[in-house]
Amino acid sequence: MNATRQAFVLHGRRILIAKPGLDGHDVGAKVIALALRDAGAEVIYTGLRRSPAHIARVALEEGVDAVGLSVLSGSHRELVAQTIACLREAGAGEVRVFVGGTIPKDDFDYLRGLGVCGVYTSAMRLDEVVASVAEALADQPA
Amino acid sequence: MTAPISPRRAASGDEAALSLHPVSSSGIPIPTVATADPAATAPLEPPGVYPFTRGIFPDGYAGRLWTFRQYSGFGTAEESNRRYRFLLEQGQTGLSVALDLPTQCGYDPIDPMARSEVGKVGVSLSTLADAEVLFEGIDLARISTSFTINGTAAIIYAMYLAVADKHGVPREKLTGTIQNDILKEYVARGTWIFPVKPSLRLIADSILFSNDVTPRFNPISIAGAHLHDAGATPAEEIGYTLANGLAYVDDLKRRGGDVEKFGKRLSFFFYVHMDFFDEVCKFRAARRIWARLMRERYGVRDAKAQHFRFGVVCGGSSLVAAQPYNNIMRVTIETMAAVLGGAQSIFTCAYDEPFQIPTEFSAELALRTQQIIAYESGISKTVDPLGGSYFVEQHTDRMEQAILAVMKEIDDYGGVIKAIESGWMQRRVAQRAHERKIKVDSGDTAVVGHNAFRRADQSDEFGEVFRLDPQASQRVIERYEAVKVRRNPDAVERTLARLQQAAAEEGENLMPCLVDCCHAYATVGEMVQRLKSRWGEFQEPVRL
Repeated sequence: MNATRQAFVLHGRRILIAKPGLDGHDVGAKVIALALRDAGAEVIYTGLRRSPAHIARVALEEGVDAVGLSVLSGSHRELVAQTIACLREAGAGEVRVFVGGTIPKDDFDYLRGLGVCGVYTSAMRLDEVVASVAEALADQPA
Repeated sequence: MTAPISPRRAASGDEAALSLHPVSSSGIPIPTVATADPAATAPLEPPGVYPFTRGIFPDGYAGRLWTFRQYSGFGTAEESNRRYRFLLEQGQTGLSVALDLPTQCGYDPIDPMARSEVGKVGVSLSTLADAEVLFEGIDLARISTSFTINGTAAIIYAMYLAVADKHGVPREKLTGTIQNDILKEYVARGTWIFPVKPSLRLIADSILFSNDVTPRFNPISIAGAHLHDAGATPAEEIGYTLANGLAYVDDLKRRGGDVEKFGKRLSFFFYVHMDFFDEVCKFRAARRIWARLMRERYGVRDAKAQHFRFGVVCGGSSLVAAQPYNNIMRVTIETMAAVLGGAQSIFTCAYDEPFQIPTEFSAELALRTQQIIAYESGISKTVDPLGGSYFVEQHTDRMEQAILAVMKEIDDYGGVIKAIESGWMQRRVAQRAHERKIKVDSGDTAVVGHNAFRRADQSDEFGEVFRLDPQASQRVIERYEAVKVRRNPDAVERTLARLQQAAAEEGENLMPCLVDCCHAYATVGEMVQRLKSRWGEFQEPVRL
């Protein structure tokens, strides 16, 4: 892995990592949070069991560039759709949303159709995830 | 508390030379050749003899095989009941109930927080009516049932008692387990509800009640599994779990419990991953440490209350989505480690579990893996067949030292409760997960088919796709609504009010109140709401 070259690709970015719904598997969320932080981002983590409305509110208050949603309970379709709707309602529709967890391949297109910029599973390397998030934010002013 | 016991074996001069060797997943040096150990003082005691390094029974599995216990449950009680009957017909010997997240976190299926999760990762049990369907046609006097339930463990246990009452099965005949280990939920898995103190009270209430009313039931399964799967090393998994175990024992003693009595019903639960000898030796070391803690720290005389009895799950995060059929081989190796480590019950993950709920086909294959090891391989015929191997004994000793070091670190920090409330243990586990991921990403840890020997044109096809019936959650809600119309509202309110009142009385055991609530068809959400009104909710320490 190219840790040094990647060190600052997310410098100046603020990213919210969130756990919507009741799923208690937070390892992936925390590992991604640590990787994004290592890449220079300022990372805020919500903790477990947050409602989509709460996540949207925190995203707005914290002025984040992106929200990463972690769902391993199989409820990603509903929870991601609800969170994106709440972000738009809150006037934060420009915030990029990426998703991680136990996501079947069949659902990737559905999530992208909702406006999700990246879908990540445990099969991916951390540097791939970091690069993908950086690319999704490339056209946004830091 | 200070470290109560010292390891069996002091570090010898060879330890310095070993530092040049590669290390196990617990960070223990692995020698190329193991030879007779000049520091070893006495030959090991035989199996069944204190401190039980080689096993808690003198005859191992010759007396009784481990329980084949596949974790299963999804959608409605009807669908899960069908899967249970299928597994029992295939030779499974105990049930293991997977519950959905609303049931685990104490929400009714119509709660806005719960709607999208109903019936997803397990079966929904919102009232006794669901439990009646779930256990229809299953003889509760004969089949033992394990529930992976924590935040609402006392409620689900009460519901199980209520079903048994309805079946006419005497309570003293019931066998099975509720996980009921909230401390590790705060660190990994996350289905906590109440703050630490009232949660510990609820656990003590259920254990003390169970000791008298269902003496063959395990009212707690102190679990390191989820910590290991989340990132902790095997040594940390055991160290954290034994430390949590001591916290429960201390709490039960404060409540006036007799350790000679409740000590016999404490059980444990762990994950087995791929580092074969770390896995085998962590169990050998843990048996020895726990027995010595019980005897030396608490003065326990009865051997049964010194026994470290445990179940395991094989697979979990050691399985990958790349070339998923390889997972069958991983689970086979892990199951062999569990058997050679002396597990009392085994759950083998299906090869498709990294990405879906197992199909009937993959669930059967996972059960067959255990049966082949039990009935064809012959490795279960001799108790602790690895005992006396230079390497295994030395690795067990080093594992013991590593586990005691983890326990000492927690002691030095101020104990498990402080380590959990402050988020220290949570951070430690997350850091370990990060390290583990970096090692896999870099190829330092080989995962065949994933980061090693991966073909560019490799297919990661996994066969049949599991489809949850999309109408299942609707049917769950329909029964829930029907029960609410049908039940006697006066009985519901009376039993719930009594529960709420008892929750404020420190000395009262809540279990009889909960059983009454279940019999009145009060919902899980209603019971939790009443307890929350007295106790509040746990505030998660969110620190990265």
